[in-house]
Order: sequence, then C-alpha cells, then structure tokens
Amino acid sequence: MNKIEKDLLKQIADIEEVPMGAYNIRENGKLASRNTTANIDIITKKDKPGIDIIVKPNTKNASVHIPVILTQGGFNDLVYNDFYIGENADVVIVAGCGIHNTSCETSEHDGIHEFHLAKGAKIKYIEKHYGEGEGTGDRILNPKTIINLEENACMEMESVQIKGVTSTIRETFANMKKGSSLVISERIMTTGKQKAKTIFDVNLDGEDSSVHVASRSVAEDESVQEFISNVKGNTKCFGHVECDAIIMGNAKVISDPKIEANNVDASLIHEAAIGKIAGEQLTKLMTLGLTEKEAEEQIINGFLK
Amino acid sequence: MLELKDICFSKDNKNILKNINLKIDNNKMVVITGPNGSGKSTLAKIIMGIEKPNSGKIFFNGKDITNLSITDRAKLGIGFAFQQPVRFKGLTVKDLIEISAGNNIKVCDACDILADVGLCAQEYLNREVNNGLSGGELKRIEIAMLAAKKSKLTIFDEPEAGIDLWSFNNLISVFEKMHKDIKGSIVIISHQERILNIADEIILIANGKVEKHGKREEILPQIYGKVKPCHKLTNNSICNKGGHDNE
Repeated sequence: MNKIEKDLLKQIADIEEVPMGAYNIRENGKLASRNTTANIDIITKKDKPGIDIIVKPNTKNASVHIPVILTQGGFNDLVYNDFYIGENADVVIVAGCGIHNTSCETSEHDGIHEFHLAKGAKIKYIEKHYGEGEGTGDRILNPKTIINLEENACMEMESVQIKGVTSTIRETFANMKKGSSLVISERIMTTGKQKAKTIFDVNLDGEDSSVHVASRSVAEDESVQEFISNVKGNTKCFGHVECDAIIMGNAKVISDPKIEANNVDASLIHEAAIGKIAGEQLTKLMTLGLTEKEAEEQIINGFLK
Repeated sequence: MLELKDICFSKDNKNILKNINLKIDNNKMVVITGPNGSGKSTLAKIIMGIEKPNSGKIFFNGKDITNLSITDRAKLGIGFAFQQPVRFKGLTVKDLIEISAGNNIKVCDACDILADVGLCAQEYLNREVNNGLSGGELKRIEIAMLAAKKSKLTIFDEPEAGIDLWSFNNLISVFEKMHKDIKGSIVIISHQERILNIADEIILIANGKVEKHGKREEILPQIYGKVKPCHKLTNNSICNKGGHDNE
C-alpha cells in the first residue's frame, strides 16, 4: 500500500496498517485484503458487488473494519454490504470511504449498507467520508444505510463527512422493533461549491423503541446543505431529532425536520437551528487571547467534534 | 498599571462616558460601583477593547493601548469576565479553561480551579458549555476561565449576578485567592456590600463620570452615609442593589 492509500485509511478508519480483528479493505472496486475471525465471517457476494458480514451470536468486544478507498480517477464504485449481527453480540464496525482524485474525471462511491441486528444485539457503527486530490474531477459519495433492529437491539451510528466531498446524498432508513434503540450522530462540513443532502427516515414500530438523531453541520463559502428527516411514531415510543447548522459566507442551508405521530403514546420532538457564529462567541474567545480567525476555527472544530 | 485619560463614549446620540480619568495601580482590588445605567459595563468594555472610545487614551503599563484589538489586549494581560456569559455548542468546560490558560494547564490544576468556584470537576470538566447549563453554572465557569487566564488585570462585570447565597462566600474567596496568587489587579463591577468590603479602592461612577475614587475606608462611609438602599445618591439612584446591570 502506498502513502496516499495509507493516508486515506488513516483519515477514514484511523488505521495505519492492517487493523486488529476482522477486516475487509476495498480499493478501486476490488478486494485489497481481508481477515476473518472465529466469530466474524466476511463473504463476497455472488450476485452483486459487495460482502456479507456475519457476526455470531454473543460475540463481544470485537471489531470489524471495512474501509473503501478510491485512488483511480474516473472510477465509479457501487457496493452492497449486508451486516448480520447475531443475538446479544456487541461489536464495533468501522466503515468509511476516502477518495483521492487527481484527474478531471468524476470519482464516485455509492455504498449501500443494510444492517440486520438480531434480538439484543448491539453495535457501534462509525463511517467517515473524505475526499482529497488536486484534480478538477468531482469526488462523489452517496452512502445509503438501511437499519433493521429486532427486539431490544441497540445501534449507535456516527456519520462524519470530514472534508473534500464535492457532492453527497446520504440516506438512512430505520425500522425499529420493540425496545430497540438507535442513536445517530452526524457531522458534515462543506466548503467551496460542495453540496450535501441528508435524509433520515425512521419508523418507530415497536413499543418503547427510541431514536435520537443529532446532526451538526457547517456550510462555508458557496456550499449548499439540505437536511430532511421524517420520524414516524407508530406506537408508544420516543423520538428526538435535533439539527444545528452554522452558516458562513454565501452558503445555503435548508432544514426540513418532520415528525409524524400515528399513536397517542408516541412522544416526538424536533429542534432545528441555523445561524452564523454569534459575534459574542468570537468576542469571548478573543478576550482569552485568540485572534478572530483562531476563535472561528475553535468554534467550528468544537461544534463538529 | 492602567490609566484612562479623558475617555468619552457615546452611542445612539447618548453620552455614556464623559471625560473619564482614572488610574488603577498594581496589585489592587478595585470595585467599581454606581447606579444602573451609569456606564460601568461600558467602561469595562472600553478597557477590554470591545467598545472603542470616541476620544481619550488608554495606557496599560505605560503602553498606549487605545487602538489595540481585543486579542492584543488579552495577550498583554487584560482579562474580562462577561456579565452574561456566552454559551458554546460543542466547546466543553475543559476546552474553555485550556484556551483561557493558553493551552498550558494540567488537568489537575483545571480541576482545582473548578473546585474553587464550587463545581465538581468530574461532573463538569467534559460538559459542553451549552443551554444545558444554568445561569449560575455558566457564571462560575466564566470566573474559572479568568482564574485560569491569570491576567495582570482582570475585570469582572457583576460576578455575583446569578450566584446563590451559599456560593457567595466562595466567590469572595476566589477573588482573594486570585489576588494573592496572581499578584495582579482585580477590578470588580458590583453593587454588593460584601464585595465592596474587600476592595482596596472604590470607584463610584454616576451619570457617565467618576463621582468618587479613593480608598475603601474613605469612600464606603460616604456611599452608605448618604445612601440608604433605594435612596438617591446625588442626581442618581442606587436601586436594585445586587440586581443585573445591562448598561
């Protein structure tokens, strides 16, 4: 693996060399390396590009890394990854995609991930998206995540778009059964003329299921962001969506959080706020010795942390 | 240490400060008091550089700082605790204390500072300084930031506002400790008698002017000799003692 590839892996999956535990590294549409363990199997799909990740019931303290890197300009990669997490397993899954595009052609990765968490299973899913390269070609990432949570299953999802992605449409769909819980934390930064659209569609079908979606984004320069969420409470359940955006320069941010209570015992909240950095925040940090620029960076870094 | 010469400031056609002249010496505890709307907070903002005077000069340790930015003044050694602290979504108490200390503070020292202002470090260090904190908690964090900054001149704008009675004595101790440890000057804008009682000097601002400035022993009897709570002082009234002052 060359330096560019290693740097991409470091950015998206925080790994220097091969990770511990099970992993599958995909590079320019092909398998670069893979490791399976006694409890975690990774199988190449036969009918379409992608893999099945199978975690045995009761697997604890294990991790799976499945990063994707694209270094070939003009490459369009479509992949279907399915995760089957056995009953009462508790694992960490690190995904993410990094694009290094030095060409004038578009590089694109569309990752479609479907999670099936059995009863009582628990996962922390981390995905980071990052683009770089001096080429004029677009760097496009369109992740789609489908989440199916059985009774008392629990999923925590951290979705981060670090920088350098020209255009993204990020869709997340969740179907939740009795007692299941889903916590989604999203962080997005757009600059230049980048575009980012996020869609969350959650069905709280099971009694006492709960979802918490927290999205924070910063839109700079001429970039455009759109946040759409629809949480449907179909039974006694709890849903909370909060969407905060800092807008700078000539950026544009649209926030459209929707909640739909289809049952008298559904308790749903949404909060949305868009605004520039408050002048008094800058002033306060300047009284502590930071320059205006340093204060701005500090506020943005904290906000997206 | 600090000298203000003929400072005038007006806003919206209203003269807020009128020819302010005053000197604050090294290692002094100075309390600025006066009626609501008399210009105390504006004066503090002018010293910090948040507001610019229409005329007059400001000297800090002999250097003319009138045209210096907020950042430059902070780096020279001026600190300012806001009357209404700012909330930051994403920045934690630890972040702000580290920034205040110029990223040069051990976690255990940050914990000690939080303990001094009556906050349990374990509970607060990693908390975001956001809407989840009460006004009183924010106020204590604001004071902790200034304790961590260790400025040669620290100005507190009504630090007691929002602080409960139990914490009040601790607040006095924090000022005394800062004064002893940093050996700088502390300027506190306050209406509180107990804060006036710890001052070396008291400055009385009324109607945008320095009405009185002298040692506590001289000024305090003049204030309380003339003024009973909610009675007139010269042409202005000291009402709402201990209340908020949004000048």
